Amino acid sequence: MLHEVLLIALKDLRVEWRSKVTLGQVAPMGLLVLVVFAFAFDANTRLLELGAGGLFWVAVLFGGTLLIQRAFEVETDDGNFDAFRMSTIRAPSLFLGKSLGIFIQVVLLELVLGPGIVLLYNVRIDDWLLLLAAALGGTLAFSVCGVLWGVMAAGTRVRATLLPLLLVPILAPVLLAGSRAFETAFGVRAEAGWTWASLMFVIAAVHAAVGMGTFGFLLEES
Amino acid sequence: MSTVVDFQKVVAVAGGFPVLAGLDIEITKGEIVHLRGSNGVGKTSFLRACAGLLQIQNGDATVLGFDLRDDRIAPRRYIGLLGHENHLYKDLWVREHLEFRAAAVGADQHDVEAALQRIGVSERLWAVPIERLSAGQRRRVAIASVLVGRPQLWLLDEPHAALDREGREVLDEILIDAASSGATVVLASHERDLSKSVTSRVVTLRGGRLWEDSGAA
Repeated sequence: MLHEVLLIALKDLRVEWRSKVTLGQVAPMGLLVLVVFAFAFDANTRLLELGAGGLFWVAVLFGGTLLIQRAFEVETDDGNFDAFRMSTIRAPSLFLGKSLGIFIQVVLLELVLGPGIVLLYNVRIDDWLLLLAAALGGTLAFSVCGVLWGVMAAGTRVRATLLPLLLVPILAPVLLAGSRAFETAFGVRAEAGWTWASLMFVIAAVHAAVGMGTFGFLLEES
Repeated sequence: MSTVVDFQKVVAVAGGFPVLAGLDIEITKGEIVHLRGSNGVGKTSFLRACAGLLQIQNGDATVLGFDLRDDRIAPRRYIGLLGHENHLYKDLWVREHLEFRAAAVGADQHDVEAALQRIGVSERLWAVPIERLSAGQRRRVAIASVLVGRPQLWLLDEPHAALDREGREVLDEILIDAASSGATVVLASHERDLSKSVTSRVVTLRGGRLWEDSGAA
């Protein structure tokens, strides 16, 4: 199974490496979102500092949604979904492979956005371990949710607009938990940051289990 | 001769429309069947039903011994499908794409080069992104993707589309070789000349049913 998961993930990463969409378009777009927020809240730098965690996850949501759309666009384009269905790769491996590919791309996006919020929003990091754990949990949750809902939207003609409509409400708890955990890591909120970070791992685990169990059916019906 | 495809009174619906309306057909091992008929008579639907991509609503359908009403996924590992679309990742290089397809169907990686050479994809194109290829070259890569899996049942929808004369001849040779080594080929095509040179049987569909059969098994 691991071989199949890696096969799918490496294929997706290779497609992205060749097309340069992640680093060439999505990451600059995410940075632009941060810059726009910086302009919008310019009069109140304290507000930016307080909201940096939330703004980071909003930028991840915007950029990540584009990455998920792109990940399924390469499959719907030229009938590749049929080739997937005809392959011997098992559906749970497809789900995990697509999720791993998205996870790595979102991590790359976050590596660009992270320094962005430090520089633009004057953020100071108090708890690196919590920050990394929250980033890991949030990215995992985002990836598995994105792939699970991405395949549902992929079979429709209105997938470009449907995916954000499905994803944003589903990812709202991740957005909230990520924001709270980051705010605690930044030292601007004295709350149980680890509880919020743990919640994201729980969301990721639940969606991963549902995804592995239902991806085959969803792939057939999409 | 063993039966590879056995459809009895098969009904299949797509988008609320009965694309197969009581189709009866039996195809045996080693045949090269040329599916003919006007647009919209059910040729593509029949191929997709054989591949388990179109659900059977009524009737009995068996492919390679698998009852499609019980399990339409199991036979897919033995089937090579080439549709109207090429199923290509345009950002990948030709060789990368084929290596991925070979791995995805559990085929031997050593067969990748042989498949590309057989279908006549020049070696200088192996490290070229697929999006830079011409329509005919892409079709050749798509055919190589099927060839590399060594399927027992080939389902091809207009496989000669976009191919030049040399490409058509090479494809015909590949199909004849596949059939002589025990595989079965079903191809939908509007090309009339094809029947004489390659196919062992011509089947005409009309309205989702069998209309004419040059030589039922």
